[in-house]
Amino acid sequence: MSSAHITPVRTYVATFVALLILTAITYLVALRDFGVLNTPIALAVAFLKASLVVIFFMGLRHNTPLTKVTAIAGFFWLLILFGITLSDYATRGWLGVPGR
Amino acid sequence: MASGHEHVLPGTHAVAGHGASAHDDHAHHNPNLQHHFYSMEQQLEASTFGMWVFLVTEIMFFGGMFMVYILYRHLYPDAWMHGSNHLDVTLGALNTGVLICSSLTMVLAVRAAQVSSRKGQIVNLILTILFGATFLVVKYFEYAEKFHHNLVPGPHFNAPTAEFPAGIITDPTHDPLHQQLFFSIYFMLTGVHAAHMIVGIGIMLVILAMAIRGKFDASYYTPVEVSGLYWHFVDVVWIFLFPLLYLLGAHVSAAHGG
Repeated sequence: MSSAHITPVRTYVATFVALLILTAITYLVALRDFGVLNTPIALAVAFLKASLVVIFFMGLRHNTPLTKVTAIAGFFWLLILFGITLSDYATRGWLGVPGR
Repeated sequence: MASGHEHVLPGTHAVAGHGASAHDDHAHHNPNLQHHFYSMEQQLEASTFGMWVFLVTEIMFFGGMFMVYILYRHLYPDAWMHGSNHLDVTLGALNTGVLICSSLTMVLAVRAAQVSSRKGQIVNLILTILFGATFLVVKYFEYAEKFHHNLVPGPHFNAPTAEFPAGIITDPTHDPLHQQLFFSIYFMLTGVHAAHMIVGIGIMLVILAMAIRGKFDASYYTPVEVSGLYWHFVDVVWIFLFPLLYLLGAHVSAAHGG
């Protein structure tokens, strides 16, 4: 009846261990000063961790194409939100005129 | 949704209603199958899709607050760096670990339902609830410490305390004025996240009660699956909050975190 892809427990445990190791790495890296690179490193690790949760724990890899597109679209719209807002704030002051 | 379903179209179903195959369908009809779905498989897919649509609205909801964070961090980098340094990185890391543990037990609860293990569901759901509660207790101690040190936005922000007679933020180059903005955003983001945790624990209590009554097995576990998606999503939000709020200023060494 069910079309469940029953994932072995060891896959979940491996994901869990990877998430804990990545948390330890990002914590240790954050204690050192890498200048402007601190935040990019921390965000790269966060994206990796979030991807592990979404792909393995949330099982997105076994979902239908429609659900996959929906999930990816959510993060894509988020980038549109950030992109358009920053394109406003980052470019204010480019024109040295009042009411710019 | 997905191709390859061997379901009968509504029109043809009426025609086949007198045939032997319709009787077989009826014999195998799961009582948990809602009338508007063709099969249990389609029902699970539709529910999962619906949950993801809801989660997309949640992404945008949290996204607006992350946008505020990005914007003001861009405008007041010093306030952000030194404000972050007042947060307890160890407790933040501990809570990250607690949430990862809760995500593991959550996914094991879903798996227990998939293999029709009632005991597995109950044990893992209780563990998930306990990990979630642990997170909130740690958060309580963090918030209490901020109140104790007058780091809560408002008229008493950075007011003198017995421990810090001149206020906890003494260095004017650390931009105390805009650190108040950092703490507003800290309380907003972590507060809304904690509210999601409380809702999640409430949902898990309902799922636990249903699991105890033996509602879920390999043929029907949709509520466990979609509640699990919500739980993992709240974990994903924290995965981004941890570096952006706690790790940001962790490398800044200051005498008393000023």
